[in-house]
Amino acid sequence: MRPTLSQILIGLLTVGAISLPAMAALGGDVSSVQEDQAHMKAALQIRTGQAYTVHELHQESGTVVKEFISPAGKVFAVSWSGPFIPDLRQLLGEYFDKFSQAAQTRAQRPGRTPLMIEQDGLVVQTGGHMRAFTGRAYLTDKLPEGVSTDAIR
Amino acid sequence: MRRGLMFCLCGSLALAAGCGGGSNNSNSNNNNNNGTPTQNTQPIAVNGGPPAAIKLSGIYPNGAFTSVTVCVPGSSTSCQTIDGVLVDTGSFGLRLLSSASGGELTLALPSTSISGSRLGECVQFADTSFIWGPVATADVKIAGEQASSVPVHVVGDTSFASVPATCSTGGLDDDTLAVLGANGILGVGNFQQDCGSFCSTGNPPTGFYYQCPASGCVPTLVSLTQQVQNPVGLFAADNNGVIVELPAVNSPQPSVTGSMIFGIGTQSDNALGSATVFTLDPTTFGFTTTYNNVAYSGSFIDSGSNGIFFLDATTTGMPVCTDATAWYCPASTTQFNVTNQATGGSPHALTFSVGNFDQLTTGSNAAIDDLAGPNAGTFDFGLPFFYGRNVYTSIAGTSAPGGVTPYWAY
Repeated sequence: MRPTLSQILIGLLTVGAISLPAMAALGGDVSSVQEDQAHMKAALQIRTGQAYTVHELHQESGTVVKEFISPAGKVFAVSWSGPFIPDLRQLLGEYFDKFSQAAQTRAQRPGRTPLMIEQDGLVVQTGGHMRAFTGRAYLTDKLPEGVSTDAIR
Repeated sequence: MRRGLMFCLCGSLALAAGCGGGSNNSNSNNNNNNGTPTQNTQPIAVNGGPPAAIKLSGIYPNGAFTSVTVCVPGSSTSCQTIDGVLVDTGSFGLRLLSSASGGELTLALPSTSISGSRLGECVQFADTSFIWGPVATADVKIAGEQASSVPVHVVGDTSFASVPATCSTGGLDDDTLAVLGANGILGVGNFQQDCGSFCSTGNPPTGFYYQCPASGCVPTLVSLTQQVQNPVGLFAADNNGVIVELPAVNSPQPSVTGSMIFGIGTQSDNALGSATVFTLDPTTFGFTTTYNNVAYSGSFIDSGSNGIFFLDATTTGMPVCTDATAWYCPASTTQFNVTNQATGGSPHALTFSVGNFDQLTTGSNAAIDDLAGPNAGTFDFGLPFFYGRNVYTSIAGTSAPGGVTPYWAY
C-alpha cells in the first residue's frame, strides 16, 4: 500500500495458500513453532523477500495477521488488521506479560485512545474501532538491517 | 442531570407540550403519520463525565455525554433514565454500567438466552481494554425517538458469570466506573450490529459472544437480530444515521453543549446540505488522509476517541509525553494540514492543531481542541475534530442522501 512497503518488498514471491506450520510468537524461532496455525484456523501466504519473509495468515474470523521473519528465522514483528483483535497472548509470546503490565498501568486520564507502548525495545501499538482493529508489535533491536518500521503493517 | 428530568417528562403523555421546545413539539415516539415531526434532537455535553466518575478518576477530556432512557420492553412505567452515557460514533450498540460496578443501571431488564443459557458478551476496545456482561433486552428512548426490544449490553453485572479468560486481551478491565469513566456507551456508528456475520456464521470467534451455562462460558454464534444493536437503526423513523453537532472550542472550556440529531435528510433539521461525503472503504472501513504527500489509508471519524490520533513522533515531529505515551507533548502548538478523500469521493483539505497534552490538561477543562497523540500509519479523527462541525454518520444498509451507506460526512 505504502511506497516504503513496496520498495522493501520488491521481488517478493507469493507462494499462495498452503498448509504449513506458520505462526511463531514475537521474538520466537519460526522453525520451532508447529502448533499455532491450527489454533489460528488460518489460510497462509508466505512472501519471501531479501530483507525478511512475511507469513500472512487470513484467520477465519476475518482478521489478517502478519509475521515478519528475519533471515535468521526470528520473528521480529507482528501486525494485524480486521474485525477482531487476535489472541495477543499467543502472538506476543514471551513479551505478552510485559505488554499486559504496561497496558494496565499506563498513566493517563480516563478516555479512549489508541495504545502506545515503548519499553525496553518492545513497541506495541494498537488502534482502530469496533469491527475494524489494527495493531502491530516489534522488537527495535531485532529489526533486520535497513528495514523501516513503516513496512510493519 | 436536567436532561434526565426532561426525559421523564417527555415520556409522560400528559406533559408532552412541555417537551422539546422549538419547532419540534411532538411527543410521538414512533410515527410521523399525523404529520407532526418526531422530536429528533438530543442534547449532548462535553462536561468531563458523570460527577461520580470525576470524583474517582478525574475529568474525562473530550468525551460527549448524554442520557438514555431504558424500559422493560412494553412497559411505560418500568423505566430508568441513565445520564453520563458516552456518545460513541465508533461503536455500535447501547452498553450500560450496572450499579453493582458503580454505574447507574438498577432496572432489571429481561436477559437473553441462547440454547437455554444466558448470553454474555465481551467487547474489546482499540486500546486492548475490555468490558464484559450479559445481553438483555430494553425499549430505548432518546429525545422523541424509541426503539423497541433492543438487545443491549449490561456491563459490570457482578451477579453474572465472571470474565472468561479469552475475553481479556491483556489490557485494562473497563468494567467499573473508575476505569470506564462513564455510566455507559451509546454506540451510534456506521453499523447496525456490533459484530455482524463473523459472529453469526462459521465458528464462533473467541472474545465476543459467549453462552454461559453453570459449567462456564463458551464462545457461541448469535444471530444478527440477537446481537447488540445500534438503537438508531431500530427507531421507527429517523433511523439512517446521526448528526453530532458541537460548537468550536477556541480555548479549553470546562463544558460545552451540543446536539445529537437523529436521521439524515428525514426532517427539516437534518439535511445533508453541502457536506462532503466519505464512504467507508469496504476493506479498511475508512478513507485516505494525505499528509506531506504520503497517502495513509484506514482513516476514520470517531466521537468516542478523545483526541486526534495520527501517525507517530518520527513522522509528525511531535514528541509523545514522557508520562503519557498515548499523547503528544510538543513545545508549542503546531498546525497540521492534511487532505481527506474517500474512494471515488472529493478531496477535502483540513487543518488541525496539536498542543501539549500535559499543559492543556492541568486544569478543570473538559473540552480541549488541540489534544492529539500517535496512531501508527493512520488517522483517527476523534472528538476535537467535531468541534465547530456538523458530523454525519450514516448506517450501513440504510438509504440516506449523498450516496452509498455507510459513510461519514462533514
